[in-house]
Amino acid sequence: MPLISLTDIHKSYGQNEVLKGITLDIEPGEVIALIGKSGSGKSTLLRCINGLETYQQGSIRVAGTSVLESAGQLRLLRQKVGMIFQQFNLFPHLSVGRNVMLAPMVVKKTGKAEAEALAKEMLTRVGLGQKFDAYPGQLSGGQQQRVAIARALAMQPLALLCDEITSALDPELVNEVLAVVRDLAAQGMTLVMVTHEMRFAREVCHRLVFMHQGRIHESGPPEQVFTAPQTPELRQFIGQRDAA
Amino acid sequence: MTYQFDFGAIIGYWPMMLHGIAITAELTLFGTALGIAVAVLGGWARTSGKLWLNLPVTVYVELIRNTPFIVQLFFIFFGLPALGLRLDAVDASILAMVVNLGAYGTEIVRAGLMATPRGQVEAGASLGLSKPQIFWYIVLAPSLARIWPALASQVVIVMLGSSVCSQISVQELTYVASYIQSRSFRAFEAYFVVTALYLVLALALRQALLAAGRHLFKGVQAR
Amino acid sequence: MGFTTWDILRGLLLATRWTLALSAGAFVGGVLAGLIVLVLRVQPHRRLAWVARIYIEIFQSTPLLMQLFLAFFTPALFGIDVPAWAAAWVALSLWTGAFLAEIWRGSVEAVPAGQWEAGGSLGMSYLEQLRHIILPQALRIAAAPSLGFMVQVIKGTALTSIIGFVELEKAGTAITNATFHPFTVYGLVALIYFCLCYPVALCRGWLERRLNAAHLAH
Repeated sequence: MPLISLTDIHKSYGQNEVLKGITLDIEPGEVIALIGKSGSGKSTLLRCINGLETYQQGSIRVAGTSVLESAGQLRLLRQKVGMIFQQFNLFPHLSVGRNVMLAPMVVKKTGKAEAEALAKEMLTRVGLGQKFDAYPGQLSGGQQQRVAIARALAMQPLALLCDEITSALDPELVNEVLAVVRDLAAQGMTLVMVTHEMRFAREVCHRLVFMHQGRIHESGPPEQVFTAPQTPELRQFIGQRDAA
Repeated sequence: MTYQFDFGAIIGYWPMMLHGIAITAELTLFGTALGIAVAVLGGWARTSGKLWLNLPVTVYVELIRNTPFIVQLFFIFFGLPALGLRLDAVDASILAMVVNLGAYGTEIVRAGLMATPRGQVEAGASLGLSKPQIFWYIVLAPSLARIWPALASQVVIVMLGSSVCSQISVQELTYVASYIQSRSFRAFEAYFVVTALYLVLALALRQALLAAGRHLFKGVQAR
Repeated sequence: MGFTTWDILRGLLLATRWTLALSAGAFVGGVLAGLIVLVLRVQPHRRLAWVARIYIEIFQSTPLLMQLFLAFFTPALFGIDVPAWAAAWVALSLWTGAFLAEIWRGSVEAVPAGQWEAGGSLGMSYLEQLRHIILPQALRIAAAPSLGFMVQVIKGTALTSIIGFVELEKAGTAITNATFHPFTVYGLVALIYFCLCYPVALCRGWLERRLNAAHLAH
């Protein structure tokens, strides 16, 4: 049974239809990258899976729970699926440790000592165990993004959604974040990412999904997508990437 | 017991109300025009980097912003004659409004001037413009465009504040309200209607100022 | 006449107590009124939000003096005689509430949307996000301007003399009438107001710098 199952998703902003019928199944442990030009709808699709965007038609099921049935259902779903944002969105008024501890304590009613131990473990996992008492503003962008990953992991999600998580970083900070993601993939975490890091996607992902004008235009294993693209749009997209 | 509202009793005073509106408008017009001039001078002095300019203006701004308008008005109208400066009630009111708006406006203009990107000044200098030319053409207009909405809000506040000028017998709108209530014994109706007039005046003044800003700063990028 | 500057100052300082009491009372009342208006303003029910908007617009776009007159004369319609201090307190509180509600709404909206999204994506409910993520940050943003509005409240109390509340400004007029030294008296009155307001303004500036710096360091 797929972990995440999208069926015929349609979404419009007013007259502008940005998702025109997306159907996609994601298996447990699968690592998928959504690729495509900006405006192709890939970030919107990711945000729909987490209930940050509403959609007009179709259904999204995560581990058997349907998104958008009710506010309570949505909260349950969000505990199963973590989200990492382009802009990190760490809570600036809380220390790094508190950032990670907050949701387990508030949402899962985990005790403070337990939450603290959990936070330390997750921060160590992303290589920031020693930054427990620092504040987000004192960290580099790469470190902040790693804290954001630890914060999501502390909810012990079944899958992580990564929305262009290296796009806001200086080039020299990109690799430390990708290394963490690579580890997660190796440990069997289900990952759905929107990314422009084509080399990384090719190395780490099991499947690439090429989106074009609100539809899934082509998808397949990285080698096939890169070496034998079927459609002119994908050929052009990959060609541009190589040239750049 | 029930109260019989009688707005009819005060409708007959409409010519007086119109006159009151005219006086309020007169105070606001002169107060605003001169007050903004003071604000621009003050803002320039505050950002000049010269202590002998900055310090006195700072003292002026803080003194005015931290004392009530009514006290400023009474000091000017009742107190200044002791120094030989005797103003009639309307002139005293306008002076008080200019001094008040000038102080608040100084800080608003200063914020606008300080938000000017350094590169703009350098670009002007590299084109061979003199310092006054740079200030006039490159710094001031975009700064005013930036802060115009804040300045407009402050002008509305000063207009509403002019209601206090009734206390030195300027026959503006509030004075008219008090007069009507003393004649008709319809205090609630009189103050209610005049308050509504102020509301309309405030909303209209605000829209007019914003429209004037769009016209004045046409083509000047407000950012 | 036997009035020394010291006599004048003593009389004014005695009246300053009432200015202080009314300022404090109006600020407390304003915080309560402001909270109610804020909740009405931000809750999702459209009509109620409109009521709050109209309330804010009316109190911000009419003279405080008119609001004082109406607070003083309206109860009389129902045969209730209110003392000047009560009318002054009610009017100042309602007026303060309108401004504070608007300051606070701006502060909540100044917290970036990403903060709501991050909280939501962690499975937190609306109230949990508000309590643990949004309000702590909004309070930081609101602290300095809220304190700054205290200066406006203190200055606003000067108008209550017009409806007959005896505070600093009223005492100034009374003493002027007795001494015929308007320059000295109103100069001193202004000085006392300055001594009340300026420390608050300084605190506001200090708070602003401190919280800004703290925010940047985070």
